Amino acid sequence: MSEHASSFIAKSTIKAADLDHRRKINFNIGKYNSVVPVGKQQFSDVNTARERAKNVKWRAIETLDQQLEEFEANLTKRGGKVIWAENTQQALDEIYQICVAKNCKTIVKSKSMVTEEIKLNEFLHEKNIESVETDLGEYIQQLDGETPYHIVTPAMHKSKEDVAKLFAEKLGTDPKLTPEELTLVARAKLREKYVQAEIGVTGANFIISDIGGIAITENEGNGRLSCGWPKTHIVIVGIEKVIPSMADLGLFWPLLATFGTGQKVTSYNTIVSGPRQEGETDGPEEMYVILLDNGRTNLLANPKTRESLYCIRCGACLNACPVYKNIGGHSYETTYSGPIGSVITPHLKEMNEWKHLSYASSLCGNCTEVCAVKINLHELLLENRYESVEEGDASWGERVAWKMWKQASLHRSMMNMGNKKMKNWMVNKVFKGWTTERADLDFSSKTFNELWKQNKAI
Amino acid sequence: MNVQLFIPCFVDQLYPQTAFNMVKVLRKLGCEVSYNDNQTCCGQPAFNAGFQHEAKEVCSKFLKDFSGTDYIVAPSASCTGFVRNYYTKLFDNSSVHNDVKNLGNRLYEFSEFLVKVLGVEDVGATFSAKATYHDSCAGLRECKIKQEPRKLLKNVKGLELVEMNDVETCCGFGGTFAVKFEPISVAMADQKITNAVATEAEYIISTDLSCLMHIGGRSNFKGNKIKTIHLADVLASGW
Ligand code: SF4
Repeated sequence: MSEHASSFIAKSTIKAADLDHRRKINFNIGKYNSVVPVGKQQFSDVNTARERAKNVKWRAIETLDQQLEEFEANLTKRGGKVIWAENTQQALDEIYQICVAKNCKTIVKSKSMVTEEIKLNEFLHEKNIESVETDLGEYIQQLDGETPYHIVTPAMHKSKEDVAKLFAEKLGTDPKLTPEELTLVARAKLREKYVQAEIGVTGANFIISDIGGIAITENEGNGRLSCGWPKTHIVIVGIEKVIPSMADLGLFWPLLATFGTGQKVTSYNTIVSGPRQEGETDGPEEMYVILLDNGRTNLLANPKTRESLYCIRCGACLNACPVYKNIGGHSYETTYSGPIGSVITPHLKEMNEWKHLSYASSLCGNCTEVCAVKINLHELLLENRYESVEEGDASWGERVAWKMWKQASLHRSMMNMGNKKMKNWMVNKVFKGWTTERADLDFSSKTFNELWKQNKAI
Repeated sequence: MNVQLFIPCFVDQLYPQTAFNMVKVLRKLGCEVSYNDNQTCCGQPAFNAGFQHEAKEVCSKFLKDFSGTDYIVAPSASCTGFVRNYYTKLFDNSSVHNDVKNLGNRLYEFSEFLVKVLGVEDVGATFSAKATYHDSCAGLRECKIKQEPRKLLKNVKGLELVEMNDVETCCGFGGTFAVKFEPISVAMADQKITNAVATEAEYIISTDLSCLMHIGGRSNFKGNKIKTIHLADVLASGW
């Protein structure tokens, strides 16, 4: 078993039994579940909307090379600079070079999972550059020294009391502050940082090829400030975020909002298509867009897993996943958790280190049922399992067991062999995994097959 | 009407009585029931474990064992859903393409066969108890079965049917998942049991013995009074 697999099992075992954790998650996901149906009402036919979106993403991913080049050509025309990064190291090196050139001491940053993926904050910290999270949820997580718990709501596992306590410990505020008061504290702290920061870093929800722009969706206005206030704006984004046209936002903005948070449309939606142009009064002097591969082309190479690149990171599959709800976002130890994380992580990283995630699912299919862009998530988990076996990652014992299973299943007579006592012993004592926490299984003394033949003979 | 029985491997080994109860109901409704005693398994366990080549050999055998034109009925939505939805993928672009399509069209889970094919909602059963119905994931999402079992149960005399909270949430079985990730699987079962117990039902009924084996196993282990029972066992009661 890989080190990550053992750690996953250890952490998920603790969380699955943690009733306080489950209560908080049920409460927060309960709120989500009650608003999503309201948001969905804005679509006359939400299913068709999801199918259309899937179609648009299919087109974008099938022509990914052209889309990205079109994006680059259009953004460059307006003075933006596009940087292609194959992996984490390249992305970090490029960011660092910009920081050095701008003599940067402080960065303000809006919420971005890609920056988590390349561990940007840690890297900058080592280089003595302060990187400040400006999204409230991310700010809370940064104060606590934790990675995001959820791709949309990073501090979902914290109650308002937890947050008040955290602020009291780290910032010396009154532990009885209300959520509104806490927000004001964060706001005051963050405003100072915007003024100091030489560079703003953001992610992007969409790369728009036809206009050469990126779109950012957020609820706090911090993303807009992060890209508009500092002199330099760096966008870092995964190559799969492409949509062909600005007109597609008419579908994707409401879809992302509804499936992400149950809103009709998120409070702030910004399109950025270059640095400040002549005659404009505000905006950054320079804009860089780093297009990150980091394993995404592995997913692209396999026509089956390619579908996972349609993901718009709405988080709906996490909220719907009974495994996620039981073990929480941190047990995965991945940037992307929940069903979509289990699907893509083995390809973004190494299959044999992360394949356990593809098995850590009861295959209930609820993720596929809720996915905003109708990705067949649970089938992709099965595809990963197949790939992992094909690559020879299954243990010797497992391979032998399935060979034996095949023999028995090809020969009916073998399935009628062995008496009740032996089968009971095999299952209950040899395969202890079933019976440590469940009652023993009780085999029938005769199989249906034997009983049927016996009845017929009478 | 001629009906072929498909008795999934674990029902064959662990719960033959349920299979016989299904036969009893089908016969009462006028079906001529036959059983190919060469049958074994649909191949799902290996497929789900990633061993698709091993699975495919067993699936090929299944295709042969169930050739013909009869309806096929199984007391399991899980196996039915697998054959319907995944055989097409396994045998994509192959010479058996049409056989696979045909097989998928003839194969039914027990409750959906009664309601959709036979058009029967009242089998004349009596079962005096308070019960709650658990939607198996395969029933709900692979076979799209939601109302069929409820319609049948509504007409069972003496049966009071109550719905539990989060009825569409997975019970945590998931085949090898139940053993490989036992703590998660068990935590999921506990929530299912808590929701079922809260209805004050005496029984949890379902279309799938795999769910029931897991829920019941956990519930007995914890000393809960609530019992599990397959839909066929309920419908075969009282007559
Ligand atoms: S896989 Fe689907 S549901 Fe999950 S985050 Fe991506 S778009 Fe949303």
